[in-house]
Amino acid sequence: MASEAQTASGYIKHHLQNWTFGQHPDGHWGFAHDAMEAKAMGFNAIHVDTMFWSVALGLIFIWLFRKAAAKATADTPGGLQNFVEWVVEFIDTSVRGSFTGKNDLVAPMALTIFIWVFLMNFMDLIPVDWLPAVAGQIGHRVFGVDPHHVYFKVVPSTDPNATFGMSLAVFVLMLYYSVKIKGFGGFAGELTLHPFSSKNMVLQAVFIPVNFLLEFVSLLAKPLSLSLRLYGNMYAGEMIFILIAMMYSGGWVTGAFGGLLQLGWAIFHILIITLQAFIFMTLTIVYMDMAHQTSEGH
Amino acid sequence: MNINLTLIGQSITFAFFVWFTMKFVWPPIMTALHERKKKIADGLAAGEKGKHELELAQQHAVDVIKEAKNKASEIINLAERRAGEIADEAKVNAKQEADRIVASAQSEIEQETNRAREALRAQMSSLVVSAASKVLSKEIDAAKHAELLEGVAKEL
Repeated sequence: MASEAQTASGYIKHHLQNWTFGQHPDGHWGFAHDAMEAKAMGFNAIHVDTMFWSVALGLIFIWLFRKAAAKATADTPGGLQNFVEWVVEFIDTSVRGSFTGKNDLVAPMALTIFIWVFLMNFMDLIPVDWLPAVAGQIGHRVFGVDPHHVYFKVVPSTDPNATFGMSLAVFVLMLYYSVKIKGFGGFAGELTLHPFSSKNMVLQAVFIPVNFLLEFVSLLAKPLSLSLRLYGNMYAGEMIFILIAMMYSGGWVTGAFGGLLQLGWAIFHILIITLQAFIFMTLTIVYMDMAHQTSEGH
Repeated sequence: MNINLTLIGQSITFAFFVWFTMKFVWPPIMTALHERKKKIADGLAAGEKGKHELELAQQHAVDVIKEAKNKASEIINLAERRAGEIADEAKVNAKQEADRIVASAQSEIEQETNRAREALRAQMSSLVVSAASKVLSKEIDAAKHAELLEGVAKEL
């Protein structure tokens, strides 16, 4: 019983561990052989699986869309062009609906976010053991590593590094455009002069730190909530897939039930991954819109 | 969940994909979409124009047909009137011709009558002379009484 619990938690932990390359505490660079080593590396490490899948999926995205864009004509569109145009038009409508400023960056960024996040989330629908098992076999046969030490997390959006990476970029753009559009003074004023304001100078002086505290927290909460929302949803979804996958080792009846559960959860998950991609995109548009708004006096 | 260099890598990757989309994906597709929109709008406008023109043409056709009908009935009226006139003319002509024929026939008859009367008169006088000479025999000298007989013959 104890050993079974051990393997079960080991199975889950194995699934939740990234393939990490980084600097060992003793100074040399190399792959981490287990979770402890990965943790010991601290910041000087990189998740190879996250990078590999996100870059691969991103390349698929830009390859596919570039292929359609290069041949885009005003004549009768083909299948791919039709699909790409449908997506682009959908994004364009969303951007026009929420973004009132004028910036050629926002719509392409929204498109990138939507498709890239969707593709990264989509990796969640591939049965949890397939790609890690393939990677384990490759590691074992080609590189002669113990397959149990090959870690391979295939859903980049279950890695907070991926989601924070995006939200950080969005946050930087928010700050950049806030300062650019409103000026440094305008941006500072937005952070300090409301929600509380007064004509009385003394009272106003008291309000400024209070306002700044409130506004600064809400400013920081934007990228944080943006990335944690996606990460949390995907991580939880992945976790449930892993738990369901564990049922397959519990005999015929449990296994069949697990199969049904996996099917149901996967179908439901199609909705979640699309929704999360859409939410990430929409919130990015809204944040960019806020950064572009000038003195509308909240 | 270890936060590490992956964070920086992901940010750079994201920035690259956004840049690529902004440079090479978004503009051509938007251009194609706008062009198609314009094309469709133009097509619709052309269709509308064609429809309008068809309406005008139909209206025009109706007008032309109406005009043609009017003209035709006018021509028919004219023709009828002309036919009546011709018929009347013919009638008048025929009547004149008939009158002429009748007149010439009458004058011929008159001439014929005169001629017959002349002949009769001539024969009558000679008959009278012969009858009288038979009755009177030698008593009457033809040369002496010729003047007298002429006068009688003229009274016939």
